[in-house]
Amino acid sequence: MADDPLSITFAALADPTRRAILARLAEGAATVKELSEPFAMSGPAVSKHLRVLERAGLITRGRDAQWRPCTLDATPLREVTEWADGFRRFWDDSYRRLDAYLERMKEQEDDR
Amino acid sequence: MTADTTVSWTTPSAVEVAMTRTFDAPRKLVFDAFTKPEHVVRWMLGPEGWTMPVCEIDLRPGGRWHMVWRRADGSEMAMTGEYQEVTPWSRTVQTESWGPRWPSTVNTTEFIADGERTTVVQTMKYPSQADRDRALETGMKDGAEVSYERLAAYLASAA
Repeated sequence: MADDPLSITFAALADPTRRAILARLAEGAATVKELSEPFAMSGPAVSKHLRVLERAGLITRGRDAQWRPCTLDATPLREVTEWADGFRRFWDDSYRRLDAYLERMKEQEDDR
Repeated sequence: MTADTTVSWTTPSAVEVAMTRTFDAPRKLVFDAFTKPEHVVRWMLGPEGWTMPVCEIDLRPGGRWHMVWRRADGSEMAMTGEYQEVTPWSRTVQTESWGPRWPSTVNTTEFIADGERTTVVQTMKYPSQADRDRALETGMKDGAEVSYERLAAYLASAA
């Protein structure tokens, strides 16, 4: 499996439970116990997902050994959205320029 | 009559995204515009102010391609890959890599003649469905600026 940052982010986002955890954290920090409740999952099962999210840099965890509240870190998500948005804009702009350039190519063909 | 210049985005399979665009020019011209460096550097430039100081295309199966873009602020972006298939005026298949930080794709470009117009279908094949879906859902489809509020709503709806 690819281990570049974007691939790690995509892999972390590929799981619906992990997306639900991120959606909950978008509303504010939460402890493992608070995160376990809506998913009817055990603490260790949730902790496993949190480790994946933490490795992907999508969450940070407090230092308090007992509670360790989780906080969303949107930086990797911003990288994903910038990549996708930039990609679409790149082709929109390029294709518009190509329309004009093809007109010039046609004129040059006619001149030959 | 002018061609419909809207780019349409579709998902032909679980790991692919295709963009389709029609150009008001014959197929041979459009194929050349996509595959000859002297033409490519004139238009495949993305946003206003970008230039392409490097454009090397060895248009044959196994041939490498390498393009470098320079943004208005002087920073650069490079892409490389290899042609897997070249069928003059109708189809190319090439790998594309933005570097180790990005998922590399296999891109198929088809040139379909429609009288004096040409429809170009560029299909990008991602390494996994997760890669493709993230690319699509985060903005390629509607292109709107994805705010954190919208992102949170998306994450909630996808859960």
